Parts: sequence; C-alpha cells; structure tokens
Amino acid sequence: MATQTHDISTCVDAGGSAIGMPQLCADWIPNQVFWLIITLIVIYFVMSRIAIPRIGAVLAERSSTITNDIAAAEELKEKAVAAEAAYQKALADARTQANEIIAAAKAEIQTELDAELAKADAKISVKAAESEAAIAEIRAGAVKSVTAVAKDTAKELLKAMGGTVDAKTVTAAINTRMKG
Amino acid sequence: MAADATTQEGGLVFHPLDQFIVKPMFGDGPIMWYTPTNVTLWMGIAILAIIGLFVLSTRGRATIPTRMQSIAELMYGFIYKMVEDVTGKDGVKYFPYIMTLFIFILVANYLALIPTSYSPTSMIAVTAVLGFGVFIVVTILGFVLNGASFLGMFWMKDAPAILRPIIAVIEVISYFVRPVSHSIRLAGNIMAGHAVIKVFAGFAALTLVSPVAILGITAIYGLEVLVAGIQAYVFTILTCVYLKDALHPHH
Repeated sequence: MATQTHDISTCVDAGGSAIGMPQLCADWIPNQVFWLIITLIVIYFVMSRIAIPRIGAVLAERSSTITNDIAAAEELKEKAVAAEAAYQKALADARTQANEIIAAAKAEIQTELDAELAKADAKISVKAAESEAAIAEIRAGAVKSVTAVAKDTAKELLKAMGGTVDAKTVTAAINTRMKG
Repeated sequence: MAADATTQEGGLVFHPLDQFIVKPMFGDGPIMWYTPTNVTLWMGIAILAIIGLFVLSTRGRATIPTRMQSIAELMYGFIYKMVEDVTGKDGVKYFPYIMTLFIFILVANYLALIPTSYSPTSMIAVTAVLGFGVFIVVTILGFVLNGASFLGMFWMKDAPAILRPIIAVIEVISYFVRPVSHSIRLAGNIMAGHAVIKVFAGFAALTLVSPVAILGITAIYGLEVLVAGIQAYVFTILTCVYLKDALHPHH
C-alpha cells in the first residue's frame, strides 16, 4: 500500500518502511500540526461550551440536593427529639398523677381505718367498764361473804373455847383486821 | 506491512517504527499540510470519543449519574481539583484549557493502545505543539499579569548574594528547557512503548521464542496502559505547575 510513496517521500523507502524516525520527517510535520490545532480547537469548544458548563451544573445541583437533604434530615431529627421530650413529659405527668391517686386512696383508707378503730375502741371501753363493774360487784360480794364467814367462824370458835364475847366486839375486831 | 516484520532472507527484520508513518487516508499523493491522513483519522476518533464521553453521556444531566456520566464527572473533578490545588483559586479560569489538553492526551494515548491504531501523541511534532504552546502561553501570561516582575522568578532572594547570578543562569536555562522536556517526555514514552511492543511482535515470528514474545507483549501492553494514563497526568500537572509560576512568580 505504501509502495508508491517512495517516489514522493524522502521518509519512506521502496519497501514501505520508515527511513530513520518518522517522528523527525519534516515532510509530515505541517500536516500533524495543522490537524492537531483543528482537533484542539474542536475539543476546546466541545469542552468549554457544552461539557464543562453541563457537568459543573450537574455537580452544583447535586451538592445543593445533598445539602437540602441533610437540612431536611436535621429538621426531622429535631422533630424526633421534640417528640421524645413530649413523650417523656407525658410519662412524668402520668407518674405524678398516679402518685396523687395513690396518696388520695391511702388517705381515704386511713380515715376509714381511724373511724373504725375509734368505734372499736369505744366498744372495747364500754365492755371494759361493764366488766370492771361486774368484777367490782363480785369482789364486794366476796368480801361481804368472807366477813360473814369470819364473824361466824370467830363466834363459833369463841363459843367452843368457852369464852363469851358479845357479837359487837367480834365484828369490830374482824372489820379492823379486814381493813389491814 | 505484516510481511515486513516476518523473516526475510532467513533473518528477522524489524520495522518497529513503521507504525508511526503518516499515510494519506485517500490515495497515495504527497502529504500536504491539509491532507487528511491517519493522524487526522485518529484525532477525529479521539474527538468523537471525547464527545461521546462528555456530551452524550451527560445528556441526561442526571443527579444520580449513569456510569459514563460518572466517569466524565470524575475526570472533571480530578482536573478541576488539580488546577485548584496547584495554581490556586485564580487559576481556575484556565481550567477549560487544561482540561482540553488533558482529555486530548488521555484519549489519544488510550486510543493508541488499540491494535493497528495510530498514536498522534507519539509524534514529536504533536507534543512539541502542545509543550511549546503551553510554554509560550504561560510566558506571555506571566509578563502580562506581572509585568517585568515576572523576571523576579529567576532571582532567588533567599539565596546568598554571590550565588544569585549563578542560580539565575541555571533557572533561565531550566526555564527554556521546560517545553523541550515537557514535549519529549510524552512523545518518548508513548513512542518507546509502542516500538517495544512491535519489537516483541517481531520476535513472535520465531516459533521457539514466540511464547516469551507474546508474554512480553502482554506485559509491555499492561505497562503501556499505565504509562498512557500517567503521561497524560504528568503533562497536565506540569502545565499546572508552569501556570502557577506565571500567576505567582514570587515563590
């Protein structure tokens, strides 16, 4: 394919091979420079007019989207924190309310209990008074019986021993003894 | 051309540089400056690839990018950040020019790795236009923005007074060597890699060493994939560094 170029080029031999370095062939340099400049101009316009503004816009849009999303997330987080605070407050309120209810119930029970205790105490004191009266009566009866038995026994003893004592002296003596 | 690399007259004949020959696309006429050649073809394919990557893929302007759009965005972000980091905030207005250079070199380098393709960035004429273009633009920009104080770049104020003239001479020489090294680095890397692959391909004609030759081609090809990206990156970051010197000559 390159067989004919040897006639018109000093850089290629008859076999189509390069003579020396093709890089240094002066015949080819203007061609490369011309097309390189065209290429660079085209690439420059493609990049600066289309690609760079477009990619820059996409990147800016993306970073603003990310910023917005982060802001929204922050807002939601704040909301969540507020909700948690409200929940904690409600919980604390419920707890104090429950404590109040418990205290009220306790007080009620206490008053009822006090009333019942007072009633029971009153009943007990009435019963105790009755019992004391009964005991006192029984004790008085017993003392009287003992006195009578003591007088009779003393009189009988004196009679049996042969002494004569009037009943009044014996009774007085027994009474003084009983008192002591 | 395939016959050239095979054995002729009992010996191996290598023509590793034949792949860089500029040929007209139509007919066999002389190569004038306007002739559409294989250089034109592969530069045109590079343009089409760039349009495909940066224009067609971003057509949706999607907030959640497609894969191709994501690649375009990553490249944009990569070069934008490089320009911003190296040259500072005031260098950002030159971002489209640097992006143009980077994307052309990158796409041309990678297209050159397709077998039977042509590699424009291996031609010194091409890279010299790029390198000297950067050099001339940066120098003019330096004088326009800073006036004569741009020359202060060569005068090290923190060096000892006796050494300053010597350092200034060295600095001036290194400044003028910049475009040469800038362009030859790119062309040399790409050309050398492609020539080495071709040499290994020539050895593949010998039955005995062909497995080694093919392994060698594979290995060098892998290396070239790295080199293609790295050279585009190096060229771009050096452009940024030179631009930084023009914008802020007083280090």
